[in-house]
Amino acid sequence: MASTLQGRMAPASSAPADAMSASRKSSARAKHLPFSVEREEGRVVLTGELTMRHAGALWRRLSEEVDDASGQRLDLDLSGVTHADGAAVALLVELRAALSGRAIECDLVGGSELLRELVTLYGGERAPTPRPKRVKERGVARFGGGVASVLQAIERWVAFVGSVAAGAAGVVARPRTSNFRSLITLSERAGADGVPIVLLLNFLVGFVMAYQSAGQLELYGANVYVADVVGISVTRELAPLMTAIIMSGRSGAAFAAELGTMKVSEEIDALRTLGLEPVRYLILPRVLALALVAPALTLLGDVIGVAGGAAVGALSLEVTPRAYLAELRTAVFFSDVWTGLVKSVGFGIAIGLIGCQQGFATSGGAAGVGRRTTVTVVTCLFAIVILDTLFTVFFRMLGV
Amino acid sequence: MKAELAPRPGSVQEEPVVPPAPNGPSKPVPAGLLPDDHIFVDNVVKRFGDTLVLRGVTMHLKRHQTAVVIGGSGAGKTTLLRMLIALEKPTTGHIWVDGDDIAPLGEVELNRVRQRFGMVFQYAALLDSLTIFENVVFPLREHRKKMSRRDQRTKVLDMLKLLGLEGKEDRMPSELSGGQRKRVGLARALMLEPKILIYDEPTSGLDPITSRMVDDLIEETRDRFQVTSVVISHDMTSTMRIAHQAFLLVRGEVIASGTPDDLAYGDNEAAREFIMASGIAPDRLSRVGDEKQAGDATVKYKAM
Ligand SMILES: Nc1ncnc2c1ncn2[C@@H]1O[C@H](COP(=O)(O)OP(=O)(O)O)[C@@H](O)[C@H]1O
Ligand SMILES: [Mg+2]
Repeated sequence: MASTLQGRMAPASSAPADAMSASRKSSARAKHLPFSVEREEGRVVLTGELTMRHAGALWRRLSEEVDDASGQRLDLDLSGVTHADGAAVALLVELRAALSGRAIECDLVGGSELLRELVTLYGGERAPTPRPKRVKERGVARFGGGVASVLQAIERWVAFVGSVAAGAAGVVARPRTSNFRSLITLSERAGADGVPIVLLLNFLVGFVMAYQSAGQLELYGANVYVADVVGISVTRELAPLMTAIIMSGRSGAAFAAELGTMKVSEEIDALRTLGLEPVRYLILPRVLALALVAPALTLLGDVIGVAGGAAVGALSLEVTPRAYLAELRTAVFFSDVWTGLVKSVGFGIAIGLIGCQQGFATSGGAAGVGRRTTVTVVTCLFAIVILDTLFTVFFRMLGV
Repeated sequence: MKAELAPRPGSVQEEPVVPPAPNGPSKPVPAGLLPDDHIFVDNVVKRFGDTLVLRGVTMHLKRHQTAVVIGGSGAGKTTLLRMLIALEKPTTGHIWVDGDDIAPLGEVELNRVRQRFGMVFQYAALLDSLTIFENVVFPLREHRKKMSRRDQRTKVLDMLKLLGLEGKEDRMPSELSGGQRKRVGLARALMLEPKILIYDEPTSGLDPITSRMVDDLIEETRDRFQVTSVVISHDMTSTMRIAHQAFLLVRGEVIASGTPDDLAYGDNEAAREFIMASGIAPDRLSRVGDEKQAGDATVKYKAM
């Protein structure tokens, strides 16, 4: 039977020139396919056997033929189909929906009695639901839509943070239900492994900060004040910020990818069927790990950032390390350091929550994981800057 | 024996019968519950936002039998299964397990109910950061804290041996083949001695020979551990071989149910088309359990 079908695959001589060249091109590749797809005026003619085995090829051939389709309608002619299975019919129905999304009407016509019933079973007889047309929204409507989606996002977030808080309360009551064993590994990965990059970047930030102000300070002969400039800006602002940025990229993204992979491979469902609450088991240890690790890394960043300033002082401002240190003692207060550390705890919690939330919201396989990872980093950076502003205003109001 | 295991629908069985109530008189008894129902899915509707995924599904899943829910992709099979094991709640309707309605329960009670279920996930869903042994012992560590470490270890190793996974206990999940991972998933699911085992698309993505072995595995497990099996599938061949009852789910509705023979030869056109369309020759319509092959279960497990 296959051989007779091969015979039918020769391009019809009446076909337009471009269709002919297209089918010649593809028939070379499609030597062993048991079906053929021909585009004619207003319809696509299918012949032969349509089966799941060749579904990939079928979809490719159909896409080639209908890609440039335009106009009112394009029917799928099934009269030459000798056999079709559910997968293939489902595919045809899908194609029909795709066409109707492009405002092209499409019907599945012809075919045996049996085939027709299969088409009915897969919903091919119903009018396909066309994709909603994008209406150009008026400014106000768009603004309203924007507000609504922001409100939805806030609602989702409140629910998420609420469930984490409830989980935390539950763990306080029954500590064994969480997974504190993992806290050590998590802290090690988020903390210890991140030390080199935290040191390097904070050193450079202190260095650049000092270098930028060096010119101004020299102008007034106020070289030694480089310690004030660097000391205060690094401890209050730059070390917490830089460290949080590094943690977003390392830990936030890692959490999203890890939990996202668990989500799409159903590991999270598996935990739930085993009677474990994923919030307690997966999210809390991660958030807690970052809340602990962030201030520790920030403290390291403080020290090394100030050292970066000292290097510039010694190299180009003739401020000896001893003089730099003496000036630092008078300039930087304890409150500068602890406000920075408090900020960093806030950043750590935010990064942990965002990473986990994005991980849990993942769907759609490996591509979904990649998307969520990117979104996580961007959201973390956004959240860090907002939080930083809030903290700064808050500390200012407290007068610290 | 087959007739006894799989009564045809439409027989006297369909009439609501008050089940023997062993749990005292206070418990409300749902209308429509049949005496040998292990799970009774009672007119369940599920919607996600605007999409209606299940439109009033009713199913009687009988004790110690294998029920297969079959349907095309997107029909709502996974959603239905997630509701059986209470990972989702029905929008309306009820799910009765052993005569208890699980729809209104809270998380804490659900965690107890879930221990009656074992679930074998489509891709095994092993915890990738743990070894095979740690994966399988996991439910015992969490729920059988009184059991000694030694007993836990013995139990796990016995189960791995039974499933032909001897010597694999220190491997990581990524080092095993798909079929082996699935068996590890089954071993984990069996640890808490569930009364109901749920399989999500157990044969999808497997070659015909391995599929057949998985079918045997499902049947052997049901027999040996006296469980009720619920299998979600789009594989008609497999359904024909293992099902006592089959439910054809199309666009969120059960459009036909009964024994595989009923679906294949009954009056329901749509069901017949669905089966014929999957290209199954009539001579293959027989359950594995009824073929009665000789041989020890262990041997068959190992062959996979
Ligand atoms: N969490 C969800 N949110 C929104 N839609 C969902 C969700 N889960 C499933 N669906 C939708 O429900 C339909 C049925 O899905 P599913 O139960 O996975 O089908 P099947 O397992 O039969 O292929 C699909 O159209 C899917 O998009
Ligand atoms: Mg599914």
